[in-house]
Amino acid sequence: MGDFSLQELTSILAMQGFVGISLFSVLLLMALGLAIIFGQMGVINMAHGEFMAMGAYTTYLLSVMTQTYFPELMNYYFLIAIVASFIVAGSFGYLTEYVLIRHLYKRPLDTLLATWGLSLIMQQSFRSFFGAREVSPTLPDWLMGSWMPTDSIFIPINGMFVLGLTGFVTLGVFLLMYRSAWGLNVRATTQNRVMSGAVGINTKRVDRLTFALGCGIAGIAGAAFTTIASTGPTSGSLYIVDTFMVVVFGGAASLFGTIASAFTIAQAQSILEFFISSSMAKVLTLLTLIIILMIRPEGLFSSKVRK
Amino acid sequence: MNFVYERFLGGKNGALAIAILAILILVIFPLFLDAFRLNLVGKYLTFAFAAVSLVLLWGYGGILSLGQGVFFGLGGYAMAMFLKLEASDPESTKIQTTPGIPDFMDWNQLYELPWFWIPFESFTFTLLAIILVPSIFAFIIGYSMFKRRVGGVYFAIITQVIAVILTVLIVGQQGYTGGINGITDLKTLNGWDIRTDSAKLALYFINALLLLGVIMLSKFILTSKFGQLLLAMKDKEDRVRFSGYDVSNFKIFVFCVSAVIAAIGGAMFTLQVGFMSPSFVGIVPSIEMVIFAAVGGRMSLIGVVYGTLLVNFGKTGFSETFPELWLFLMGGLFIAVVMFFPNGLAGIWNKYAPKVPFLRPLVNSSTNAETKSAPAKIESESTIEPESTTEGAKS
Repeated sequence: MGDFSLQELTSILAMQGFVGISLFSVLLLMALGLAIIFGQMGVINMAHGEFMAMGAYTTYLLSVMTQTYFPELMNYYFLIAIVASFIVAGSFGYLTEYVLIRHLYKRPLDTLLATWGLSLIMQQSFRSFFGAREVSPTLPDWLMGSWMPTDSIFIPINGMFVLGLTGFVTLGVFLLMYRSAWGLNVRATTQNRVMSGAVGINTKRVDRLTFALGCGIAGIAGAAFTTIASTGPTSGSLYIVDTFMVVVFGGAASLFGTIASAFTIAQAQSILEFFISSSMAKVLTLLTLIIILMIRPEGLFSSKVRK
Repeated sequence: MNFVYERFLGGKNGALAIAILAILILVIFPLFLDAFRLNLVGKYLTFAFAAVSLVLLWGYGGILSLGQGVFFGLGGYAMAMFLKLEASDPESTKIQTTPGIPDFMDWNQLYELPWFWIPFESFTFTLLAIILVPSIFAFIIGYSMFKRRVGGVYFAIITQVIAVILTVLIVGQQGYTGGINGITDLKTLNGWDIRTDSAKLALYFINALLLLGVIMLSKFILTSKFGQLLLAMKDKEDRVRFSGYDVSNFKIFVFCVSAVIAAIGGAMFTLQVGFMSPSFVGIVPSIEMVIFAAVGGRMSLIGVVYGTLLVNFGKTGFSETFPELWLFLMGGLFIAVVMFFPNGLAGIWNKYAPKVPFLRPLVNSSTNAETKSAPAKIESESTIEPESTTEGAKS
């Protein structure tokens, strides 16, 4: 570290920190969906990464279609793609809940296996349909380039856009879960399913929509993902373990915990990556997390519940 | 004698099932398969160790570990380190900058043997390490998890993360571990060339006998009072705890036992296949081990061996002819087993074999007679309307 001057070190920290911010955005978007599904329903969705890939492929498809049929609209398609990714992944999630998940609520470990099976099928479908090679959509011009606050700091615009999107979605989830009548139903169902049913909440419907919402947010994560990396059939599965760690570390049912833990994990990993090899950075980060979880198994922020 | 018969074999039915399995893997396979296929079956049978370990841990203990590959890998790597050191004597590695160290260390500019490799020059130490390293590792993980009552899906996720950590570590530290290629070019075991057909045949028999031994040992564990407690814990953990038992100690114990069983499989894998690599450590192999157990029947020590063989034959067959279909099939299998056959092959056997008069004496051989009620419970759970507690919401 001695070779860097103070100013260089600050720039490195700022830029590396911003790389961390992009990772943070994707992790948080993935984790939000997962935290809703896992935290509210106790269901482990191993196919969550594939729902993200589904959103990414939707964005890619839309980009290709726009380029072929409406080249003059290239500047705007990305906004539509975000919505489309949400709808596609969300509807597929709705279907998955109906066909698969709802039969397995009593057996959480089995859900894990069944959704793993689903993820294999989805991965192979992506591979058959889009090919094994990684694809990336043509990004609109306004997402390119970078912003330079000083001579030595480059901050990519797409990263800032993704950060903004993440903030927007997080706010949306917060409003939906904690400020809307539907969110009240969801939280009531989480706390006491039988009692919620007794007071007239349609808990089945709540489950189905919650699952769909979680998957839909994964779809948005996929759309955001395309701006910072290219998408392959196994892109989603690369993030799934990290995402689970974010959710578990943050405390499953806490929105604030999820945000804080996504931030910590992403920053730790990307700043460490600059000084030691990226594999060791990952090992160190995950190892630290496990040790913290051994000391505090309920995660960083969690409501005090007797089990 | 009667004690052995009842406890290690599981009475008349159990003895019959073990005998049939023994005849299949000790007589029929060696007689009818050529050397290449037999070696392949031998490789599958090493995975069966991991599947058997999951019967104890997951089927009876209700603890799903998605990190059995870690222990399989620890056993495999311990054996591979010993064999590699034997293969890298100064004579055969004299073209290296530093003769006498494994080739991949030389490629990665290491000039002496790392400290943790040195004890593996001893065969006795290696054998001890295959048993002790996984059990100590499992003890540390188990102690810190179960004492704090971490269980269920959390435990599954954390074991999975441990599998990721170990894989990334092995791949990243190429100079010390051989990296992504693993430890290859293994030649001799105490001077005995393990690459010849006769050595492979001998190793196959050692492996098969060890597997039968492990199954009988597991049966012994499960028919003991401990096995009963394990099952009780799985169904009503709190009630066992309130009865005055320290639940976490039982969990730690069964986790350690399952780790050792998987590690023995890993060591036999290295011996028979001739290399060990991180692709048998990470998430995917660990989850495949779970599917072997699920397909065979998570409550059946014998069933999982058939499950392992079936899935692996399917995998080899399909990936040779229709590689792109295999993942669809594997995924479908996962879903189908979980949704429709929670007891796997053993469950199907127990359900349909009584209807065939000829097979009737064999029925229930694959599940432990004393624990008949347990598979029935899973079945009843799966047939209950999942939303039965939310019926009130219908209106």
